[in-house]
Amino acid sequence: MSEYILGIETSCDETAAAIIKDGREIVSNVVASQIESHKRFGGVVPEIASRHHVEQITIVLEETFAKAGLTIDDMDAVAVTEGPGLVGALLVGVNAAKGLAYAHQKPLVGVHHIAGHIYANRLEKEFEFPLLALVVSGGHTELILMKEHGDFEIIGETRDDAAGEAYDKVARTLELPYPGGPKIDQLAHQGEANIDFPRAWLEEDCFDFSFSGLKSAVINTLHNAKQKGETLKQEDLAASFQASVVEVLTEKTFQAAKQYGVKQVIVAGGVAANKGLRAAMQAKFEPEESVELLFPSLSLCTDNAAMIAAAGAIAFKQGDRAKWDLNANPSLSLERYAKRSMLER
Amino acid sequence: MNVLAIDTSNQLLGVAVSKDGEVKAEYTANIKRNHSVGLMPAIDHVMQETETTPAQLDRIAIAKGPGSYTGVRIGLATAKTIAWTLKIPIVAISSLELLAHNVRQQNVLISPFFDARRGLVYTGLYENNYDRIHVKKEDQNILMEQWLDEVQSYQKPVIFLSQDIKQHQSLIKEKLAKAAIIPPVIDHLPRPGQLALLGAERNEDNLHELTPNYIRLVEAEAKWLKEQEQNG
Ligand SMILES: [Zn+2]
Repeated sequence: MSEYILGIETSCDETAAAIIKDGREIVSNVVASQIESHKRFGGVVPEIASRHHVEQITIVLEETFAKAGLTIDDMDAVAVTEGPGLVGALLVGVNAAKGLAYAHQKPLVGVHHIAGHIYANRLEKEFEFPLLALVVSGGHTELILMKEHGDFEIIGETRDDAAGEAYDKVARTLELPYPGGPKIDQLAHQGEANIDFPRAWLEEDCFDFSFSGLKSAVINTLHNAKQKGETLKQEDLAASFQASVVEVLTEKTFQAAKQYGVKQVIVAGGVAANKGLRAAMQAKFEPEESVELLFPSLSLCTDNAAMIAAAGAIAFKQGDRAKWDLNANPSLSLERYAKRSMLER
Repeated sequence: MNVLAIDTSNQLLGVAVSKDGEVKAEYTANIKRNHSVGLMPAIDHVMQETETTPAQLDRIAIAKGPGSYTGVRIGLATAKTIAWTLKIPIVAISSLELLAHNVRQQNVLISPFFDARRGLVYTGLYENNYDRIHVKKEDQNILMEQWLDEVQSYQKPVIFLSQDIKQHQSLIKEKLAKAAIIPPVIDHLPRPGQLALLGAERNEDNLHELTPNYIRLVEAEAKWLKEQEQNG
């Protein structure tokens, strides 16, 4: 008998639902993006995101089941992102998931959004432990060590801005349209990294990150040039900024991979779609035959519900069950989430 | 007909089950708490009390606001998915109208309201004609002071219903004097049982298109629309 898990994800500006089979196979995966709506405001407006989720949720669910040719009766469990994310947005998914699970008396599983980003990779390649995950997105920059399924140890994280946040802020300074991150990646490929921006290595053997200094340096450079009446090539500025971000991410991930002797390195989250990061990581890890470098397909890098179902399948197998009082937790910690499923075992 | 009613649109959490026009179980909690925590256990409770399984439900009735944006969404996300997955009709009722049903007197105007900060309220004007509630003025977001001037012009007694009555009581008395009627505290709480009964008799709503009645635009959107207008 196959096992089917329904996943629901509404932590930010995508209303998403998916069905996966036996923990690793996508049966259907539907994402309704709100990007067009938020573009008007140059960023995600939380209240508007929540409103769109209520408008979209049953439509997205209907499409997900129709595409799969399955019904809720075929599901073994309902998995939903309980955090972290925008609280109002999360609440729509959590309560929709509870409604579905309750109406059919199905098990309910709460999933950590970052666990989802990591497990997106398992839809394409089976995990080998220990593994190291670099999670980079608009809200996250973390190095996570996994010794087994459901076990997450944060060995490094950003002390200020997330990498994706730095991308968005620099993009805004360059007056690029929202979302700016991918535009910077594009520009960087047409330019030359000829401006020497700082790299924050922090203390020795430390796997934490910091991007606020870099962001300020870019903004200052732009302002100074403007005051002197000089024009900097946007392409070069983007290339120089990206070179700094990518070098720090790649180098720290590499050092951590060596120190912990991991078998796989997974790059996850929205910034995993960045071409510059992909190229630098591949070049760095190419000579290392004992470490396998994995990037999810582009469609699985950004927020989706297949990844939530994939992480949910493991939590479900490990006995993690949410009760009817499940709430959205906008600042859910990954380690606390990991411990919870460990305790259940 | 078995109806499950859900009201999380304001501070009160209300859930009820009705069968063939009779209220069988009602649960209300009038405390400051996250409805996301309390709602599903409350539903489970009234369903168990009435020995109703989800598959036996024929309808979902939901209070669609106005009220707390987050609260209304919690109720609506739950109600919409339950109705959708059980393939049963959903009926949405104005949270203000639901409250207006607490009044049985004839020949008075009813003004249920929820405080909306900065002197504003969500309110509408209703009338009870032989146990049929009629809308005299649509639900709106308005300055209480301006609203009181408007209802005064009807030259009829007005019953005010609200959990936020204390904040507005002195202004109401000042403006309307003896024409203002403020009933005992219990009448200011909406009844989920009433919502279930209304849900049984009203026409169903379009499920996918059903959204909360926020009344107000999001500030960022209002600003954006204004800019669009100015730019022609
Ligand atoms: Zn994400």
